[in-house]
Amino acid sequence: MSKFNFKKNKPTPEVSTASLPDIVFMLLFFFMTVTVMKDDSLKVSNDLPNASEIKKLEKKDRLITVYIGTPSERFQGSLGTEPRIQIDDKFIAIENFGAAILEKIEAKPAQIQSFVTVSLKVDKTASMGLITDVKKELRKINALKINYTTFEGDSFNNLSN
Amino acid sequence: MSSREEMPKVNAGSMADIAFLLLIFFLVTTSIETDVGLNRMLAKESKTPPLPINQRNILPILINDEDKLMVNGEIIPINELKEMAIAFLDNGGVAVNNANYCNYCQGKRDEFSSDNPQKAIISLMSSRETSYGVYVTVQNELVAAYTALRNREAQRLYGIDFTAMEEDYSSESTSFESKAILKQRIKQIQALYPLQLSEAERKQNQ
Repeated sequence: MSKFNFKKNKPTPEVSTASLPDIVFMLLFFFMTVTVMKDDSLKVSNDLPNASEIKKLEKKDRLITVYIGTPSERFQGSLGTEPRIQIDDKFIAIENFGAAILEKIEAKPAQIQSFVTVSLKVDKTASMGLITDVKKELRKINALKINYTTFEGDSFNNLSN
Repeated sequence: MSSREEMPKVNAGSMADIAFLLLIFFLVTTSIETDVGLNRMLAKESKTPPLPINQRNILPILINDEDKLMVNGEIIPINELKEMAIAFLDNGGVAVNNANYCNYCQGKRDEFSSDNPQKAIISLMSSRETSYGVYVTVQNELVAAYTALRNREAQRLYGIDFTAMEEDYSSESTSFESKAILKQRIKQIQALYPLQLSEAERKQNQ
């Protein structure tokens, strides 16, 4: 009997949530430091291949990112499932690709225009045909520095299909 | 006086909610993006036809529509590619008394394979239906072959890996003077095994 009385008199103390904001802020700062702002929303599937002999891409302002992959589901009705090129939220046909890249280069400050790197973010299931065309267009406009952007990892993971 | 000492506490209970809101905002608007990859220079477009290159100085690699790999006329699995590329680049087939003799090569010195690393060209040809994943794997293996050879030479000459030298060069803690030395050494190693990788399109009739 005495036990029950004891419980009634002293209710269990609440768990202090005072440190919860600190924990959440820590998480917040972690995410703020490891991520970058999304600048374009992807309209193509973009599962990059793995590679081990990689170099870090330096100087973000000199990069032009080109996404290549199968259009995502909501665009497949109008565009089909063949790989497409996406630059800056827009689908670009291969005929206009050179002009689009030139336009992007023109928009950069004059002193870095000749050091521009084109970063090709290509889905690993895409076929080489389109990429060969893209490279041909890049050669035409003399944008010769390219980067096959990949994830860091064992390149033999790309082979499983 | 006593009433002043008893300051009312600010309720911090909603602080967590605010922080969560911020956290969720950042989670939604950001993405963890990759910023690594394989750098490559495309060849300049030229109107003049290229000079004929001796067949023995070219290692032709073909990838067909079914992602099968053919090197030098034989079909090989992709994990043997690195060894083949190293054997080809490191061959040094020119005779000892020739001016182009490669004194640091450790290959078989087969006279039907490449003359020296400066002349050896790897020609990578893919067909239109080759998948990009396989293509990147092949590129990766070829770069790995070059890196292995460059590491070997850097170890022999300076007792340090080529990749470590490059890392030191790009690191910010390296002093200006040692960077100048590193740059010269990196250039030297690169000249011993220059990366010559042609990515021409496969001709239709081949």
